Amino acid sequence: MDTATRPIKLACRNVWKVYGRRPAYYFDSRGYVIDPDALAERLRAEAHLPAVVDASFEVATGEIFVIMGLSGSGKSTLVRCLSRLVEPSAGEILLDGRNLLAAGGKELIELRRHAMGMVFQNFGLLPHLNVLGNVAFPLKIQGKPAKEREARAREMIALVGLEGREASFPHQLSGGQQQRVGIARSLAVGPELWFLDEPFSALDPLIRKQMQDEFLRLQRMLRKTIIFITHDIAEAFRLADRLAIMRAGKIVQIGRPADIVLNPADDYVAQFTEDMPLLRVITAGDIATPANGAALPERSIAADTSLEALIPQLASGVAAFTVPGAGDSPPAVLSAGAVLAMLEREQARRKSS
Amino acid sequence: MTAPAAIAPSPQRFAIAPALLPWCALAVLTALCLLLKTELPWLVNFPKEWTLPMTTYINAVTDVVVAVIQPGFRALSALLDAPMRGARLALAWLPWPAVMLAVAALALKSSGERLAIFALATLAYILLAGYWPQSMNTLALVLLAVPISIVLGFLLGVLGHARPRWRPVLNGALDLMQTVPAFAYLIPLLLLFGFGPVVGLIASAIYATPPMVRNTMLGLDRVPAAISEAGLMSGCTRRQQFWQVEVPTALPQLLVGFNQTTMAALSMVIVAAIIGGFEDIGWEVLSSMRKAEFGQSILSGLVIALLAILIDRLTIGFARAPETGPTRAMRWMTPRRLVLSLAVALALAVVIRLAAPDATLLPQTGLRMQMGTVNEWLLGLVRDYAWFFNGVRNAVLYCLLLPMRVGISGSATPVMWGFSLPPSVLAAYAVLVLAMAVLAARRLGWQAATAVLAAGLVLYTGFLDLPWPVFILAVALLAGQVGGPRLGLFAVAGFGLILVNGLWPQLVQSLYLCTLAVLLCLLVGGALGTWAAHSDRVSHVLKPICDALQTMPQFVFLIPALMFFKVGEFTALIAIMLYAIVPPIRYVEHGLRHVRPDVVEAVEQMGATPLQTLLQAKLPLALPVVMLGLNQTIMAALSMLAIAALVGTRDLGQAVYVALGKADAGMGLIAGLSIAFLAILADRLIQAAVARSAAASH
Repeated sequence: MDTATRPIKLACRNVWKVYGRRPAYYFDSRGYVIDPDALAERLRAEAHLPAVVDASFEVATGEIFVIMGLSGSGKSTLVRCLSRLVEPSAGEILLDGRNLLAAGGKELIELRRHAMGMVFQNFGLLPHLNVLGNVAFPLKIQGKPAKEREARAREMIALVGLEGREASFPHQLSGGQQQRVGIARSLAVGPELWFLDEPFSALDPLIRKQMQDEFLRLQRMLRKTIIFITHDIAEAFRLADRLAIMRAGKIVQIGRPADIVLNPADDYVAQFTEDMPLLRVITAGDIATPANGAALPERSIAADTSLEALIPQLASGVAAFTVPGAGDSPPAVLSAGAVLAMLEREQARRKSS
Repeated sequence: MTAPAAIAPSPQRFAIAPALLPWCALAVLTALCLLLKTELPWLVNFPKEWTLPMTTYINAVTDVVVAVIQPGFRALSALLDAPMRGARLALAWLPWPAVMLAVAALALKSSGERLAIFALATLAYILLAGYWPQSMNTLALVLLAVPISIVLGFLLGVLGHARPRWRPVLNGALDLMQTVPAFAYLIPLLLLFGFGPVVGLIASAIYATPPMVRNTMLGLDRVPAAISEAGLMSGCTRRQQFWQVEVPTALPQLLVGFNQTTMAALSMVIVAAIIGGFEDIGWEVLSSMRKAEFGQSILSGLVIALLAILIDRLTIGFARAPETGPTRAMRWMTPRRLVLSLAVALALAVVIRLAAPDATLLPQTGLRMQMGTVNEWLLGLVRDYAWFFNGVRNAVLYCLLLPMRVGISGSATPVMWGFSLPPSVLAAYAVLVLAMAVLAARRLGWQAATAVLAAGLVLYTGFLDLPWPVFILAVALLAGQVGGPRLGLFAVAGFGLILVNGLWPQLVQSLYLCTLAVLLCLLVGGALGTWAAHSDRVSHVLKPICDALQTMPQFVFLIPALMFFKVGEFTALIAIMLYAIVPPIRYVEHGLRHVRPDVVEAVEQMGATPLQTLLQAKLPLALPVVMLGLNQTIMAALSMLAIAALVGTRDLGQAVYVALGKADAGMGLIAGLSIAFLAILADRLIQAAVARSAAASH
């Protein structure tokens, strides 16, 4: 969970995307420190649309980084900047420390062929190819021999649980099945960086839940570095290791789910997250305190257990838990009082809203 | 004292909208023109001395240019001549059993067994009717024109898709290619390529290219963003992205383009028969019509109609699978079996030609040789019931056509209607129009009132006696207010061009013929469409009729009209209406059937009668779709204008036709451009109106 210890896979520094007549005009002032809010204001006043405003963040290898915002907040544009489907107006994007924006046409194609995979909200399946053909498509583009790509595609189809539907065409599949094909296709080349642009937003709530579970199962197996876009706050909190909240093109807060519900950066984030139950978002690891050599309670729980799941045990009279530290870090203690304090805070939040 | 003051209309209600002011000025001008009409006759009839000899200039320039570039085109003509000869010989060489087998196999693959049976029946009919060689000649031209148009159209479409900046130019060119009547560009083509079937081929290729361009652009534009992004993220190169992602995704639309292009090519090949020199089926229709052999013209017209329907269904079948999925026969006909069938057909052809050359001789005495009695019977029928046909014709002529042309003032004379109107009746007419205008102003606003007044005026003076300055200014004003100043300028420029070329009388003839045809089509077609929208049974009956009418080449419509009503304006009106009636039926039905159901439910729930629901909810909501139908109707009517010239009119189409006869390139071009101008102006006006109402409702 600790991002500091793992290498940075993708870094995004002061990325802007501006639509309008001459966006380049606003970004030629090298060496000046620009005030992003003032510039965004000026752009809007001068009939330009700043879709992404000064976005900066880092994503560690193997992390699920969720970008969340309402429609029109610029999150889809931002992810397209990261994959260079949209050319950013300014800023820097570093993939494994290399500047992605400096990559030429050939290099970019190579990167897309091997280093990145992407899943789309509306699936983006090719209507004239069947499931097998769609999943094998990225390999075909690379000129891999038919046998090899078919074997790999079958493997991927099995991974997403679509065996037996290889010969079906996209229009013969349900939405959930189509997105499984989209997922299998994006994984076929074995990319380390995986972009998911609202992958489950077009699905029914029940199917969406299923697909989220499926996604988490895959991630436990594959350990990709993931940028996940969603407008669904429950989905964001459920999946994210860390998440960024966007509003009007700007990232207003980045943090772990617990940080965001406990310390919202502003009223907008507070309002946005007020319906998220604290006890479900916050995990034992988030509020456990270091043991500092004191005796450890005998009941031990995993750091990613939600507080909600502890309540039955508290009710049965357990006073404290041991939370083992990750790796070499020392174990911590979570007292019943800390959980109850959080419950109280939740009550207060409910009343005030 | 206070009560009447309260009832009295508030002053705002009579405030004049700024857009109304120019119309008031125009009304004053109209009154002036009408008063001064006798003193200043040039207000009505544009004097000959004022015309510019533009056609002469054009001809002079053409003569020079043609002389310079002719050798190149003649070489191209010779180049195209070889494949044309080849295609013709190949199709003539193929014995009919082989053709039938191949077409049946294709039909089976395209749309299943029903189409295969239809194909066999059609080919058998062509064989029995005795038009096999002619049909094959027509097909040879189509088979050559279509690939040219497809390749050219695809390339231009890709260009339009990749370079949106060139779109306006491209669209303008496409509009011209589709709206300038083919007769008009047959003349320069004849000059360039020399007399012969190659001209027909090239004219067809020109006319058939735009649908392919439009569908290519549409298909490529409509590739969903997610699909093209998925292609890019898979690491496609530009070329891979185009051929493996975009083109396959756009393929259904491209196939629709293929279908439309084929139909356009067929239609134009048949029209191009007018230049002769090629024994094709269009020529058969034309010559039998000229000889008044109606039996033969019906027989050969039926060949064209059946052929058109067959080719249409065959090509559209490849573009879209039936909604219920492919039938068993379609699944059975796998690509391998199709190739096998075609190979068998070819082998059969070789065997027949080598081993038994006499086995498949065409019936020497086709049905068409036996038509003598039928011809006499038909002529007898028309003669015996002349009282009926003439009665209908005269009734429409005197009650509708003449009043539209010369107005009530012109037709209410002892010569025409057998009586003249006393001033009191005219005053009553004026009062009636005014009352209707006031009513319209109260209920629908000043625009409606202006329209009523204009209609009242036109009905009084007739199109022919309308002072041209008033007409041009009125249309320009309308165009300017609806579509912006550029459209207004376009209208002035177009009408100005027509005016200075001395084509004003022909323009007026065209206008009144088209207006009448469009109005009648809207009335009849709208009623039928409304009926079809409310009754599935009617819809089922109308659908195949509409399909057939829409696929038939324009030529065919002349046959029945000419047979019963002889040469004349009324015949032209009937032919135009036959061709232009389909869009109102289709669009009105579609519009009414696809009105948002929640609105209709809400209105019905309020207790509206069916008629109220129709008039107050469904029709207003369906209006944008109906307007598109109106647009299509006008386009169809204008394009039929040039063809209808064959049965004797005095309009722009006739000017084109006469120019063709005299090889007057300048006159043909100007008159053709005039028709294209009318079509484009009407199209832009309606589109602007639809866009405005859409903007207003959002």
